[in-house]
Amino acid sequence: MDDFFLLSLSTLDSTLRLSTPLILCAMAGIFSERSGIIDIGLEGKLLAGAFAAAAMAAYSGSAMLGLIAAIITSISMALLHGFACITHKGNQVVSGLAINILASGLTVTFGIAWFHQGGQTPNLSGDARFSPITFPGAEMIREIPFFGPIYTELLSGHNLLVYVAFLAVPLTWWVLYKTRFGLRLRAVGENPQAVDTAGISVTFLRYRAVICAGILCGIAGAYLSTAHNAAFGREMSAGQGYIALAAMIFGKWRPVPGLLACLLFGFLNALAFRLEGVSVPGIGQIPVQLMQSLPYVLTVILLAGFIGKAIAPKAIGRPYVKER
Amino acid sequence: MTVEQIATSRSDVAGGQTAPPTTSKTPAIELKSISKSFGPVKANQNVDLKVLPGTIHGIIGENGAGKSTLMSILYGFYEADSGDIFINGKKQDIRSSKDAISAGIGMVHQHFMLVETFTVLENVMLGAEGGSLLNKSSISARDELLRLSQEYSLAVDPDALIGELPVGLQQRVEILKALYRGAEILILDEPTGVLTPQETEQLFKILDILRSRGVSIILITHKLQEIMAITDRVSVMRAGTMVSERETKDTSKNELAELMVGRKVLLEVTKADATPQETLLEAKEISYRDEDGILRLDNVSLSLRAGEIVGIAGVSGNGQTELLAALSGICPLHQGSITIGDREITPQTPSSAKEIREFGVAHVPEDRHRMGMVTAFDAKEVAIMGYHDDSSYNGTFLMNTKAVENHCRQLMQDYDVRPEDPNLKSANFSGGNQQKLVLAREMDRAPKILLVGQPTRGVDIGAIEFIHKNLIKMRDTGSAILLVSVELEEVLSLSDRIIVMFEGRIVGDVSAKDADACQLGLLMGNAGEEGTGTPSDNAVVTGEVSR
Repeated sequence: MDDFFLLSLSTLDSTLRLSTPLILCAMAGIFSERSGIIDIGLEGKLLAGAFAAAAMAAYSGSAMLGLIAAIITSISMALLHGFACITHKGNQVVSGLAINILASGLTVTFGIAWFHQGGQTPNLSGDARFSPITFPGAEMIREIPFFGPIYTELLSGHNLLVYVAFLAVPLTWWVLYKTRFGLRLRAVGENPQAVDTAGISVTFLRYRAVICAGILCGIAGAYLSTAHNAAFGREMSAGQGYIALAAMIFGKWRPVPGLLACLLFGFLNALAFRLEGVSVPGIGQIPVQLMQSLPYVLTVILLAGFIGKAIAPKAIGRPYVKER
Repeated sequence: MTVEQIATSRSDVAGGQTAPPTTSKTPAIELKSISKSFGPVKANQNVDLKVLPGTIHGIIGENGAGKSTLMSILYGFYEADSGDIFINGKKQDIRSSKDAISAGIGMVHQHFMLVETFTVLENVMLGAEGGSLLNKSSISARDELLRLSQEYSLAVDPDALIGELPVGLQQRVEILKALYRGAEILILDEPTGVLTPQETEQLFKILDILRSRGVSIILITHKLQEIMAITDRVSVMRAGTMVSERETKDTSKNELAELMVGRKVLLEVTKADATPQETLLEAKEISYRDEDGILRLDNVSLSLRAGEIVGIAGVSGNGQTELLAALSGICPLHQGSITIGDREITPQTPSSAKEIREFGVAHVPEDRHRMGMVTAFDAKEVAIMGYHDDSSYNGTFLMNTKAVENHCRQLMQDYDVRPEDPNLKSANFSGGNQQKLVLAREMDRAPKILLVGQPTRGVDIGAIEFIHKNLIKMRDTGSAILLVSVELEEVLSLSDRIIVMFEGRIVGDVSAKDADACQLGLLMGNAGEEGTGTPSDNAVVTGEVSR
């Protein structure tokens, strides 16, 4: 029983770590899509951010500088997306795909050119990585039954960016529903004409929305390469941007349901790792591949209709053109 | 009370003020020589306009006359190529809606600029929040909104979701939005297009109150009786220019119509009494549920007889669209039966649009762009859609383009479609000419039964006259016509029998001779028989239509 409890705790613990990039990207997607800009480029921004963080951290030895580099890189990609589909009213899906392809190509190219390790960046250690933060008193109350382990094992001991991700959720909610910026952002995703005729610039508003998305994706990228792992590797985002997009839709473009969807996907991933090579009573050993495909299979099933009708922001995907 | 009566009694509402327009006052708005082109199209050419403070100024003109463009310039939505705008005598540089709002201009657009998923309060606040945090600003906004609702008798629940409000109330929110921003000049662009007659009366009462409080109002419309009922002065636009300005009391509908079109127009529809003959189509207790399971047609029974026009009145979205779709075989029946000749169509023996066409039923759909034509096609292709299998248009393998072209040219001549070019892309015709092309296609084969939806939506007065004449002609040659229109005037003037629909049901079936706008309006809003108009009302309103 005690074993099972600890096992569950450590599965939940890795759920938190695996959900972190999903949560950040999903919140990024909410900002962008609530303003009416489809953000299929989450994946590309995540990957580019991861590379920038690792490269900068390897060069400077500072994880913080790496984080800043990741945010700047990701914002630039977001602005590129914005330039294509806000200023020039291009197709948002095509532009997003272009961002993804660009990120996938450029990270490897720069990686080989700078570090000569086949697209990898050097291994990071010490200050070049975000290290776990131990909460005060964590060691002291470890022995207290039930609450002790939860505090020490589950809540304490993550790196800074994990906490940032979880704080990003209430922050996103607050910005969207409690600020003037949020009101306008939600309005522009529903009816940009209403915003325009109210005397607010649709263009500027949407740019600000994609910049918010850029910031969050940058943090997620830095997490991947300088916190969760200790280097950048080719295609290390491995579709997590798309999963985050799915989680965001699953959460109906709202922060808290989006968080829950990310946690679900993170949990499935953690479970897949945990059950690797374990013999389940009555079934036997489950093939690793099957477990690993579970989150993706579930995504398809859930999105195919188990979530009820997901109503997207009304103006999503439509460039704003003053009608003639 | 009818629109006319409001007009006559408005001085009472205004508290004895009759707002006589005196030229000595500084105009609230003065536009000088405004020009605006979109590519080669000159939407406005040297347009001048003066609106006196505290008056309602009507701007009337056909579609494409440049009314909306002019107002969009005034509201900063477009920038004029040249010309000046003076507000209360001061020259203003209006480059964006923001500038217009700060100059005290508010606009109620034809299509409301509201966010449907927001509450009334949120919509009113949007863009004028007064602080970066919502909690604080929404408290003061709520107070201000309630104060305005009271002052101008515009009651509305601040916490209601816009999407759940009827259009009349949504429009009220638009007016409140403008007032909330401190507008002293209010522009209304075709405000009555979506309203029931009762809602229109309500709106005119509101405008009257606003005028009495000193708000200057510009009312854009193409409906002559609205101009006559509520405005103090009226300007007429034609083809991008301001052709004339009149004191409303010194002009008449006939004069205005002539100024709008540039020639004499017959406003009345002249027709002989109908001589209905055998029943051609009979629908018995038909019901239809849409994909969301909502009952759109609820036990509808009606019959169409040869030589008769049956009009369907109702606020749009009350089952008229589905009725046309069911009768023309586009959507299935879930109950009941339709009999055309010997064929009985039931849920068990369904039909198709193609089969129904073969029985001699022609259908002019309500939304010509969605169902009546493919705008990317050439006119000649549009002219045979639905009849494209006809052997005269087809060779062994290929289409006989020559025959198609000739057919189209013939239709264009007969139905006065301009320009007379069968190879022109149909999107490039004006709305009226597109509609004439669709009507020509359906009417040319002398169908036994014609189902026609919104025959004159977005069509100029000149073309309306032509379409109405042709519909009457068809009736007189023994066709049965089912006419669906949201223009009550049109239903009243064309129909021999009028059916009123409300929420998928038939709530009234009257002979056109006995019908009047007020009674129909009440039925359309399902207010039932109580409170129908007095005989004098009838005289005014029906006289209105046929005069």
